[in-house]
Amino acid sequence: MESVLSIGGLGKSFSGQQILQDFDLEVKASEFITLLGPSGCGKTTLLRIIAGFEKPDTGTILLDGKNLLSLPAEKRKLNTVFQSYALFPHLTVFNNVAFGLKIKKINGRELETRVNQALEQVKMNDFSARYPHQLSGGQQQRVAMARAIVNRPRILLLDEPLSALDARLRREMQLELKKLQRELGISFIFVTHDQEEALSMSDRILVMQEGRIAQLGTPRQVYEEPENLYVARFIGDINFFPGKISTVSDSGQVEVTIFGRQITAHTQRQFQPDDKVVLLLRPEDLRLYEHPPKEIKTFAGSIVERSYRGSTLDTLVRLDDGPLLTACEFFDEDDPDFDYSVGERVYVSWVKGWEVVLPDEN
Amino acid sequence: MKIDSKTRFSIIVLISGWFILFGVIPLVLLVITSFLTMDPANLVRLSFSLKAYSQLLIDPSYIIVFIRSVKLALITTLLCLGLGYPFAWYTARMPPRWRTSVLVLLMIPFWTNSLVRTYAMRMVLGTQGILNKALLSLGFIHTPLRIMYTDYAVVAGLFYLMLPFMVLPLYATIEKLNFQLVEAARDLGAGAASAFIKVIFPLTLPGIMAGCVMVFVPTMGLFYVASLLGGARQLLVGNLIQQQFLNARNWPLGSATSIVLIIFMAVMLIGYGLLLRRFGRGKGISG
Repeated sequence: MESVLSIGGLGKSFSGQQILQDFDLEVKASEFITLLGPSGCGKTTLLRIIAGFEKPDTGTILLDGKNLLSLPAEKRKLNTVFQSYALFPHLTVFNNVAFGLKIKKINGRELETRVNQALEQVKMNDFSARYPHQLSGGQQQRVAMARAIVNRPRILLLDEPLSALDARLRREMQLELKKLQRELGISFIFVTHDQEEALSMSDRILVMQEGRIAQLGTPRQVYEEPENLYVARFIGDINFFPGKISTVSDSGQVEVTIFGRQITAHTQRQFQPDDKVVLLLRPEDLRLYEHPPKEIKTFAGSIVERSYRGSTLDTLVRLDDGPLLTACEFFDEDDPDFDYSVGERVYVSWVKGWEVVLPDEN
Repeated sequence: MKIDSKTRFSIIVLISGWFILFGVIPLVLLVITSFLTMDPANLVRLSFSLKAYSQLLIDPSYIIVFIRSVKLALITTLLCLGLGYPFAWYTARMPPRWRTSVLVLLMIPFWTNSLVRTYAMRMVLGTQGILNKALLSLGFIHTPLRIMYTDYAVVAGLFYLMLPFMVLPLYATIEKLNFQLVEAARDLGAGAASAFIKVIFPLTLPGIMAGCVMVFVPTMGLFYVASLLGGARQLLVGNLIQQQFLNARNWPLGSATSIVLIIFMAVMLIGYGLLLRRFGRGKGISG
């Protein structure tokens, strides 16, 4: 697919501190791409550079093949949805949305049609005469969206737009935002520190770590095949099994020694015998047994905590070998009453082949 | 801090006592005096008269003075606004530790006696003054400019005294302004000028109005600036009042002029209050 925005070698530092380093990114047409990372990782700075509110020290940005950095913010065919919405308090909802069009000298019938259409897309057409302070947070959020999309930007930049909403409204807005993006066919660059939000909405996720790309991939890739421990830790819950490579075979299989047991693991990465590695397993990949099964190798431990989550039962298991694991099991139709008691002995294993082997960075 | 009822009571008594003694009583005396008859020998004679007010209305020279005062006060206000706005803007946008220093620099002369500062202006603006000497030595002019005893000198003096009254309310509103709104305006395609006209100006209007009232209203009465820098000819309403009391010994006329000036100012303040309330309620902006 063609790329709308190309970022190359972007660098930015504030008072001696490097915020972005040698940053490259291609944003495709009609793509929902999420910049995900903890606060201070440079994601907001990147967005502000694209929008034109900050100048980078090095690097280039092309929009549809044309240099973007030589244009001031007001000349860029991009629009931003701000974290605090930044609605004009002295203007009605209608005039907030009409702001950009009026500057482009669009008046009369066309202005009215486009503003009303944008308000309809965010289901706010009944509120056009209100002032921002008369709206709830979610409604302000919708107006901020309408104010941006009415200008038909090439790319919409969204800076943590849902972070001020409560959990339920947030879920609702996530779905609506995704739907809106599909309908409009505009590329969205969405900044968030909420990994669930990133997983559920994005076509691709860019996980950022201290101004660099930690991983760029689909939500599934980022979740199931993290490329490093940083990404593994940042996205979702994860369990670590430290070990050492004992033998390497050609067929993508390695033998790993974990707490004195030989485990066969699958990996596409290249390892040498005696390499220190970590096996990563998601909570839902773990299997708990009340009695040690004969045919599989397991790790013994005791239940530390159990919590009922409705559709799943989450447990904390302390292995006899030391690590604390999180397991997440779905209720089974055959055994709807299954549960554990704290202190109960269990034997832990996992679904073969679902492990991820990464070099131990420590 | 917790204040017990005794302390609270004494504070209230102190403040209202002060207000009655130096505010209400003099004002009542002023109103009474304005309706008495002039008597140069004994200050006033205790008999009712409307002569002072009829004089004010009939004699065109008083109306001329009044119009002239309004004009000078208006020019001063516009000057203060024109220079005070950028000053307040850049101060509010500085890093916080610089802001305080700049505001202190603005306030230091403000704490100095204004009469002393007006005399200092004479030293600057006079024929042998610093300004003329500087311009002469730089070769911009060949003969000293006559600034003293002109309207320019009066306006310069008024501007110098009143600038902080414009800057402080402006600074307070600009500092509260959400600068992300300016970014939002630019994001939506507004250049610097239209961002100012469409967003910054309407949102800082309460500060602009407050600054203008705070400069305009007192300027009308600053008689000593006009007498020291403008000479005897350049009369403000303040000078008129001062002359009636001290030179002409026409206390009723002086009082009546004061009353008219007070009413004029009160009308302006009420108008400002109404505007602010309407503006604030309709558009969700607090003053």
